[in-house]
Amino acid sequence: MNLTLLILLPLLTAVLILLAKGLQQIRVIGLIGALAQLGLAGWLLKRFLDQRAAGNTAAHLFESNQTWFKALNINYHIGIDGISLAMILLTSVIVIAGILVSWSMDKLSKEYFFLLVLLSMGAYGFFISLDLFTLFFFLEVAVIPKFLLIGIWGSGDKTKSAMKLALMLMGGSALVMVGLFGIYYNTHTFDMVQITQQGIPVGVQKFFFPFAFLGFGVFAALFPFHTWVPDGHASAPTAASMFLAGISMKLGGYGCLRIAALMPDAAHTYSWIIILLATIAIIYGAFATMMQTDLKYINAYSSISHCGFVILGIGMLNKTSLNGAVIQMVSHGLMTALFFAAIGMIYSRTHTRMVAQLGGLLKAMPFISTVFVIAGLCSLGLPGFSGFVAEMTVFMGSWQNPEGAYRIATILSGASIVVTAVYILRATGRAIMGPISNEHALLSDATWNEKLAAVLLITGILIIGLAPFLINHLIIPSTDAIVLQMGKVNLLK
Amino acid sequence: MTYNIFIQLRQELVLTVLIFVLLFIKLGKDRSNESILNFINVALLINLAAGFCCQETGELFNGMFTTNALIVFEKDLLNLAILIISMQSYAWLKENKNVIEFYLLTLTSLLGMFFMISSGNLLMFYLGLEMSTIPLAAAANFDLTKRKSSEAAMKLILSSAFSSAILLLGISFLYGTSGTLTFSILTAHINGNPLQMFAFILLISGFAFKISAVPFHLWTADVYEGAPVAVTSFLSVISKGAVLFTLVNLLYKVFTPIASTWYLVLIVLAAATILIGNLFAIRQDNFKRFLAFSSIAQVGFILIGISGSSQIGSASLVYFILIYIFSNLAAFGVVSVVSALTGKENISDFKGFYKTNPMLSWVLTIALFSLAGVPPTAGFFGKLFLMMAGAAKGNYALITFAALNMVISFYYYLRVVKAVFMDENATPIDKLQVPNVSKMAMYICVAGIIVTGFASVVYDYIYSISIGL
Repeated sequence: MNLTLLILLPLLTAVLILLAKGLQQIRVIGLIGALAQLGLAGWLLKRFLDQRAAGNTAAHLFESNQTWFKALNINYHIGIDGISLAMILLTSVIVIAGILVSWSMDKLSKEYFFLLVLLSMGAYGFFISLDLFTLFFFLEVAVIPKFLLIGIWGSGDKTKSAMKLALMLMGGSALVMVGLFGIYYNTHTFDMVQITQQGIPVGVQKFFFPFAFLGFGVFAALFPFHTWVPDGHASAPTAASMFLAGISMKLGGYGCLRIAALMPDAAHTYSWIIILLATIAIIYGAFATMMQTDLKYINAYSSISHCGFVILGIGMLNKTSLNGAVIQMVSHGLMTALFFAAIGMIYSRTHTRMVAQLGGLLKAMPFISTVFVIAGLCSLGLPGFSGFVAEMTVFMGSWQNPEGAYRIATILSGASIVVTAVYILRATGRAIMGPISNEHALLSDATWNEKLAAVLLITGILIIGLAPFLINHLIIPSTDAIVLQMGKVNLLK
Repeated sequence: MTYNIFIQLRQELVLTVLIFVLLFIKLGKDRSNESILNFINVALLINLAAGFCCQETGELFNGMFTTNALIVFEKDLLNLAILIISMQSYAWLKENKNVIEFYLLTLTSLLGMFFMISSGNLLMFYLGLEMSTIPLAAAANFDLTKRKSSEAAMKLILSSAFSSAILLLGISFLYGTSGTLTFSILTAHINGNPLQMFAFILLISGFAFKISAVPFHLWTADVYEGAPVAVTSFLSVISKGAVLFTLVNLLYKVFTPIASTWYLVLIVLAAATILIGNLFAIRQDNFKRFLAFSSIAQVGFILIGISGSSQIGSASLVYFILIYIFSNLAAFGVVSVVSALTGKENISDFKGFYKTNPMLSWVLTIALFSLAGVPPTAGFFGKLFLMMAGAAKGNYALITFAALNMVISFYYYLRVVKAVFMDENATPIDKLQVPNVSKMAMYICVAGIIVTGFASVVYDYIYSISIGL
């Protein structure tokens, strides 16, 4: 199984899109490409589980290591563990959903689908990288398409939002770059596997951990670097919002996780700062959401809060909390993509996203309204949906840390769920229930492509929500390995 | 033995022959511009190919002229750049009465640069430098009808003369303290006494003038703006590249005993250059001024790479110049076509450019992304390796500073992309008929931008022939 296929497939799709003529051809090619991605990801899952069942306990499967820049000891080293595989599956689902909801994008459609596919290529490359150089390369590959997607196809103050997003993310990657140089010059390699084996001197860890972690933190909307999130999400076209919240923010979370695993001593030293920032993000995000009147802003701010849980899980540094962080990444990716899809569908019909101007949508568009409600319930963590499983796991993990301050952080974060319930239920009540205005009464319900996209995402949410053991089965061995490795390093020192 | 001279000097000889042939064509009967241009472009292609035929290490004229694989490769890069520039200027030169003079001037200047890069003696170096500068000033004045063009020429010749004087003073002090001008002997006499340090500072200042490092950059923007686009691209790519090659050669081979001193000088220059270049680039509307300041900032990054004083440093410099040739020339190519066909040179004129000229817009965008250092373009690799080379010294404050400055530079490159793709404009530039030759040059650049990054063979080759401290 060659993982490079995951990069080549989107690349091929992108080239074919450039050669295609007319919206119909372009979107069909895009959809076929996305289906092929999902098929590939599914096949990868099967092969992965088969190998694991056959007793292959190697940390990374399907590894391949080729020299790239020999003089600089840069290698094209790829391989996946359970965590990367979960993220790959998430990406492939969101790509299909994103392409389906953009089915009738007639403004510069070729460029639009091209950039979407390019973005997915960056994400796959990022998740399969075992070399920090390629990791960084793909991290940046995913930035530019976002800038163009928001700036050209966005709404509202789009160029400003696009610029803000691009600059902040580039700032984040600049910090990551410095961190990576520090690691490189103290270990003489970019290879994550090799670095994990040989370890990084504690002093070096303490100096460079903040650079790398905060750098990825910018991508993961870590407080106080979250300010690109609301504007970026709100201005982006629907599919771009879905990609942004569903995939890009996960690049940050995944990067933070890897950096914490590479520099365990520093992660332990700084864990209180990480947890403090995460707790602030969770609470601040939740309260800021309450003040919003625009549906997209509501979801964007709530993303800050939800992504805080990812960081919180990573900061607590134990098996259960790391598990929770990974599940939360997947869950939030699916849930927020669903939310943005529903908002996009509503907006394309009513031409407004302001909660106050909506109402009674359930009567006119029952399907879309149901999707909206499901996304909302998942967001507030109703049992049966993925949000509950994810947040519960994070809380259980963080409760295992007995220190008083950590307990307080856990309790405060837990309390934020109440706030989440308030804003979700309020928005749902206003927009979906109640009397419908005359101008909205005759609007049509979802089309087949929108239905398909929503069903796909909801399926993902329900699988995690109702059968969490499936995803646990996939990721627990990998998170265990990370925690074990961290423990070893501590014993040595 | 006699053959050796011809082989080692082949790049210079081909150029000289070409210059004389052009002179004869000028004296002969009138020919159409297009046939002349086609002939010249083919000749430049042959000139480029001649560089690759064989690599000879050796020296001529008692060490005045040295050559090795790296030097040959550097000259090949400059040959490539002049070919691309020539192809891109097709639209502009086609209508120009003085085509041959343009090539006489630029090729003579290039010849001077070749001798400068190959120099093994400070005198030879100075001769080469002057030979490359003076024709350029004339070339800057090429738009005879424009006052700005002569203003640019005046500024260029004055500042060049000034910097040359400073250089000469430095060279004479060096001679006074060491008694020699030959590089190979000079190293043993460098001991860092105060007069020598003073000489070194003068020398570096002269270089800083030529590569327009801050605070010696003041001439750059005006000259770039006033000169014709072809000359501007020549100045920003070829002239800068040649001087930088020479600078690395001098620093890494001759001034090794005072490496710790020039390291400090370089990082101060680098930090100032990056910051000032970036801050001024933000506010420019004229495309040529914009590219002038952006190229100043790029020089800052190059200096950071050089300051790493390792083999990675010098290899990354050559690699970056190669990428810089492709990216900067692609950007200049678009500006040159637009300026030749419409006379518009401002960024605000490019608003809504994508609607009318999608192909040119993509070329411009890819070029700017490469200049900004965004993957998957080659500029990403070039810039990252320069920074990596700089980081080898462990000066992470400087690296962080440079990394954050990359974000600033990102802003102004994106501003252009924003104008091209996103801004509305009631009267965008019309759909342009780009000559095929210019199109081909742009495609070469874009291919170069995309390929040179991934293709690690290029970097590995450069690394294998480059020098460390």
